[in-house]
Amino acid sequence: MLEMTKPEVTRRSDADETMETALDVQGVEVWYGPSRAVHGVSMQLPARRVTAFIGPSGCGKSTLLRCFNRMNELIPDCRVTGGIHIHGRDIHAPGTALEELRREVGMVFQKSNPFSKTIYDNVAYGPRVHGNKDRHALDGLVESCLKRVALWDEVKDRLKSSALDLSGGQQQRLCIARALAVDPRVLLMDEPASALDPRSTGRIEDLITELRDQYTIVIVTHNMQQAARVSDFTAFLYEGHLVEFNETQRLFTKPDHEQTNDYITGRFG
Amino acid sequence: MKRASTARDSVPVMVTSLGLVLILLMLALVMWLILSRGFAAFWPQRLEHFQLKDGSALLGEVWERLETPEGQRLRLRTGNREITGQDVQLLDMAEVASSSIPQDAVLLERHENGVFLGWLVGLRGPGLAVEGDGPNLRRNLDKALEHMEEVDGELRSLQEEARRLALKRGRWEEEVERGASVRRVAELEPRLEESARRLQLMESRLDSLRSAADLWRLDLRSADGATTDLPLLQVGRWVPANELGLVGRLGLYLARVGDFLSEDPRESNTAGGVWPAIFGTVLMVLLMSLAAAPLGVVTAVYLHDYARQGFLVRLIRLAVNNLAGVPSIVFGIFGLGFFIYFMGGGVDGAFFGHRLPEPTYGTGGILWASLTLALLTLPVVVVATLEGLSAVSPATRMAALALGATRWQMMRQVVLPNAMPGILTGLILAVSRAAGEVAPLMITGVVKLAPSLALDGDFPFLHLERKFMHLGFHIYDLGFQSPNVEAAKPMLFATAMLLILIVLALNLTAILLRNHLRKRYKQAAF
Repeated sequence: MLEMTKPEVTRRSDADETMETALDVQGVEVWYGPSRAVHGVSMQLPARRVTAFIGPSGCGKSTLLRCFNRMNELIPDCRVTGGIHIHGRDIHAPGTALEELRREVGMVFQKSNPFSKTIYDNVAYGPRVHGNKDRHALDGLVESCLKRVALWDEVKDRLKSSALDLSGGQQQRLCIARALAVDPRVLLMDEPASALDPRSTGRIEDLITELRDQYTIVIVTHNMQQAARVSDFTAFLYEGHLVEFNETQRLFTKPDHEQTNDYITGRFG
Repeated sequence: MKRASTARDSVPVMVTSLGLVLILLMLALVMWLILSRGFAAFWPQRLEHFQLKDGSALLGEVWERLETPEGQRLRLRTGNREITGQDVQLLDMAEVASSSIPQDAVLLERHENGVFLGWLVGLRGPGLAVEGDGPNLRRNLDKALEHMEEVDGELRSLQEEARRLALKRGRWEEEVERGASVRRVAELEPRLEESARRLQLMESRLDSLRSAADLWRLDLRSADGATTDLPLLQVGRWVPANELGLVGRLGLYLARVGDFLSEDPRESNTAGGVWPAIFGTVLMVLLMSLAAAPLGVVTAVYLHDYARQGFLVRLIRLAVNNLAGVPSIVFGIFGLGFFIYFMGGGVDGAFFGHRLPEPTYGTGGILWASLTLALLTLPVVVVATLEGLSAVSPATRMAALALGATRWQMMRQVVLPNAMPGILTGLILAVSRAAGEVAPLMITGVVKLAPSLALDGDFPFLHLERKFMHLGFHIYDLGFQSPNVEAAKPMLFATAMLLILIVLALNLTAILLRNHLRKRYKQAAF
């Protein structure tokens, strides 16, 4: 996959002073029962940029990601402390509706998990849950979402057939379309390509590149080349600590920390 | 499974396969016994005439040939119960001087006293008298039987009309007794008088119809040479058993099967049909499903998704599993105590106080029997639903939640549809169990003969308090409670076969439904 690097990806000017903060993470700690999985992580993730979380397995990058849409709360004995503000709003504030938060912060999982419904119903599920029942509006929405993930031409003639008949890569793109259909501002991706073949991985990466103008994307990956290819910023986590958070180019070429350097050069991990 | 490759391996393979063979053999034996006898129950047989050495004679259908040390012995259905006192006789072949198959012998299916076997002698009616068997008599007999059918229909509809009128009258009387207003009483009194007059009219019309029909008589001769005459109204069908070809027998067979499925039982269930029992069984299973399925599913959903998983939930799961092993009669006793005495008694006290001490809901009925069986099958539904819910992957649940669905939306729109095949599997098992269960029904509302179905044209149409008939209990009744076991035998096997077929049909429906849903909600491929 090293051959698939895409140097033509245009990077925005580093000197963009108007960069808005989408996710403000302040001293977040995550506990699984008595053991601490994430130690006091603080960082500001810029809006409409791709941020990658890298680090060896078990370093807490997925756990940290799940804090942003409060999916950790589904895990028994899991406790999250610290402050997370998304576009200025405290997501732990009392009275915060989980449904509203998750509409704003979409998620794509490691393994594609389409519902055993039709392709159409998969994409329309989110909007319907949030009260959009208008057929015409849904038709348009489904089409535009499927077009945005470049799946429309492949499935437009069989929208009413089961989503489970699609190939693995198609299913993952469908899941992304499904997440986009509720019009989120932030998109969390938990190793979205790790179960896919190189070709499908390439398409997902292209897709991320296309979506970065409209969405704040946070992607967890254990593939450093992928992080280098698709992200603007990269956070390196190790054993639950945030070691370094930097512009991707800088982190991969001139990291501030010894540990980061060791990891990206493959000396451990 | 890998094939046995070494000699040492072949021993366990042989031993284990022997178990399978044994089970298959037993199953085949049971099915063969029930199916062969069940299907043969209505097959028209030849009438054989036996001249005995002591000078007497017998005419009958040979039901069985038994080999005994003293020689062959026949089980002979001779009919003519009112003359000989029994339908079936044993006959030692040693006593037989000669036997023949008389072409002109006939079999009469009667509404009373079973069949009559013998010869046609004459037919008498108003303005008609035919002597001697022949085409003339047979033609007239067919015509007269058609007439009798009309009369019978008229009698039945008149009786039904009288029954309804009497029912209405009873309600009016009850109203007056319970203290209706003076105006209402004034309104009802002329109606009561009018209806009493009309009832009397109907009675006398019934009487005159009956006595007119009684003028039609059929003269017959039995094997012993004695002649007897039968009122034609009693005769349902006459069969020239020894003249029938294959097509004729097949037609008769189908007609008899039709009667069996559609008619009410007669003569303490040894003749007629089993329609009320079919109806009772199916209605009870439906009511049971209506109660058990929703209750079982919500229980399982709570246990699986909402309850805090821990020691208590594990204990409850264990208890539910064990509940499935409780003997069914225990459930029956619980049903009697809780549903009938406690709930039924409560309902009676609250709504039917005016009928006490005559119980309405405080006695066995189809509702209480169905609820008792629902309780009995609940563990099956719960366990199957729990398995169905576990089969829905956490990833699918997460996907719904991550899109902002509430837990209830996730449950209703994603998890339950996916778990539906599992839930239906549970329901299939529950239905199979409930349809064949007899013991708890015997104390919660099943009866040998129910006067009316639980669903009819009388308001409020569905009478859940009524007692009902059930095929499983019917089998027990025919086999062990019948005053005339020999005559009941064919009915017994036919009923057993029918019950098996109904359970099979109910299962098949559920299986087809499940497969359809499985195709729709197949699990993710990877």
